[in-house]
Amino acid sequence: MTITSAASGTWPGSGTAPLAVELTGVSKNFGHVQAVKNVSLQLRSGEIVAILGPNGAGKTSTIDIILGLSLPSSGQVSVLGMHPRKAISHGLVSAVMQTGGLLKDLTVSETVEYTASLFACSQPVGEVLSGAGITEIADRRVGKCSGGEQQRLRFALALLSNPELLVLDEPTTGMDVEGRRNFWAAIRKDAEQGRTVLFATHYLEEADDYADRIVLLRHGQIVADGTASQIKAMAAGRTVRATLAGASEALLSEVPGVESVEVRGETVLLHSKDSDAVARYLLTQTDAKDLEITARGIEDAFLALTGDDTVASTGASS
Amino acid sequence: MSIVPSTVAADLSSRHAPPLGGFNLTALKLEIRRLLRNRRTVVITMIFPVFFFLIFGLNKAYATDKIGHGNVAAFVMISLGLYGAVFAATSGGAMVSIERAQGWSRQLRLTPLSPVAYILIKVLTALVLGAGSVAVVFIAGALTNKAAMPDYLWVVSGLSVWVGSLLFAAFGLFMGYLLPTENVMQIMSLILTLLSFAGGLFIPLSQFPHTVQVICKWTPLYGLNQLVHTPLLGNGVDWTWVVNVVAWLVIFIAGAAWRFRLDTARV
Repeated sequence: MTITSAASGTWPGSGTAPLAVELTGVSKNFGHVQAVKNVSLQLRSGEIVAILGPNGAGKTSTIDIILGLSLPSSGQVSVLGMHPRKAISHGLVSAVMQTGGLLKDLTVSETVEYTASLFACSQPVGEVLSGAGITEIADRRVGKCSGGEQQRLRFALALLSNPELLVLDEPTTGMDVEGRRNFWAAIRKDAEQGRTVLFATHYLEEADDYADRIVLLRHGQIVADGTASQIKAMAAGRTVRATLAGASEALLSEVPGVESVEVRGETVLLHSKDSDAVARYLLTQTDAKDLEITARGIEDAFLALTGDDTVASTGASS
Repeated sequence: MSIVPSTVAADLSSRHAPPLGGFNLTALKLEIRRLLRNRRTVVITMIFPVFFFLIFGLNKAYATDKIGHGNVAAFVMISLGLYGAVFAATSGGAMVSIERAQGWSRQLRLTPLSPVAYILIKVLTALVLGAGSVAVVFIAGALTNKAAMPDYLWVVSGLSVWVGSLLFAAFGLFMGYLLPTENVMQIMSLILTLLSFAGGLFIPLSQFPHTVQVICKWTPLYGLNQLVHTPLLGNGVDWTWVVNVVAWLVIFIAGAAWRFRLDTARV
């Protein structure tokens, strides 16, 4: 199942400003495993984009390539019109990684001071500390800070160089609901100034709530690219639920318009874009009764688009 | 959400990379402060060598015996200065291991700091700490008034110990990239103590059986220990000592470069 979005390519050209990120036919192999397969992606300045996919879909590999932490096996990468390493050295790109990445034996302010010293120009340390709300813990050793405080510190470090592109790799892993909400409020506020934000997540809700655009990855390939509502529409369709004794999965999947079939005892679930036709078939050609027709949520859309084909047809129970 | 293209373009061209690949004195200062904050490192590099000097260097039985251009106390002082400086240099290099374990190296790769500048900061940090340990041992030697040698030999010996400890900065870097553990210094302490014995820093090699002596002459601290005592002893340089130091330096640098390249390719 590969869905090409009508959204990509229909945006107006960005004039003289270079694209924030441009990947052209990028692949990445680790031995025999192909983590990223022929990915082409363009991010325009000021977009907030989510890379969404299950674990192992190639999110981190793609991000590592954009950050210049690893080289693609083939294909072209350009960040703000230049090589990723050059964009990093000019302080144009920064990233907040999942965990780690901090020295436990430095204090919070020393960590900021150290990182600031590495850039040609950076924001004043005091401003960055207060902006991230960590002035009170400035003299605390990083090792003694809570997970949330460390994440605020990482965020502060990422904003030091006032980057054009901010990359977040599963930034809210391990945060509670409150922390997650505050974190995203800060990101949204920050992005209003026109910063491009790219974040990887496997929380569908996060992508839906905070991204202008969602890029769905599966097995290292882009399977969908568009706004949340476009993604939902792509995997549109409804689920027809009925009670049918002795249902055969093989036979039901032959029914015109049926995309996947799930049989749970006497209950059958048929997913289809043409639920009317399926319902008509069930009522006229079989003994099905108690019909229910429901629309798919984005959760189902996500599963339908990112799940393995085999998993999808048996109901994506994982 | 709209962006005025011209402002972005102007912004991009106003940005530039830092000079010297990001190397700067603020980072160096914070690295040194970090190293001094580590109690174990300070005890091993500053307190142990002085303590050992006070015990072994001032022993009335031999301390004032004449040897070369000076006395035995001065000889022991140089040995223990080397011991401290070697520990300091190795600690500085091996910090890389801790930083890799904590993910800091990866974080640094997202800044303009070039890998070469990073290594330079590590080596200089190691050298500053090494200078500190040579200084405290030599100050202890001067204050206790036992160690005697001509003034210029204090300077020459101190400098050779300090510069010679660079060999172990390379060793520390190699181990730091080889061992992905936060406990790297515990392992290093054990290895360095064995190497110090084998190099003749604590006990003259002549007190070991012949076979052991032969083996010891191949170990990395042996050649360096002989060379740093040469100015005091005034007995000339044996070419095997130079071969020993150069060979180990090549091995450590090649090893560090090999692991470093693997590391930066993957990070």
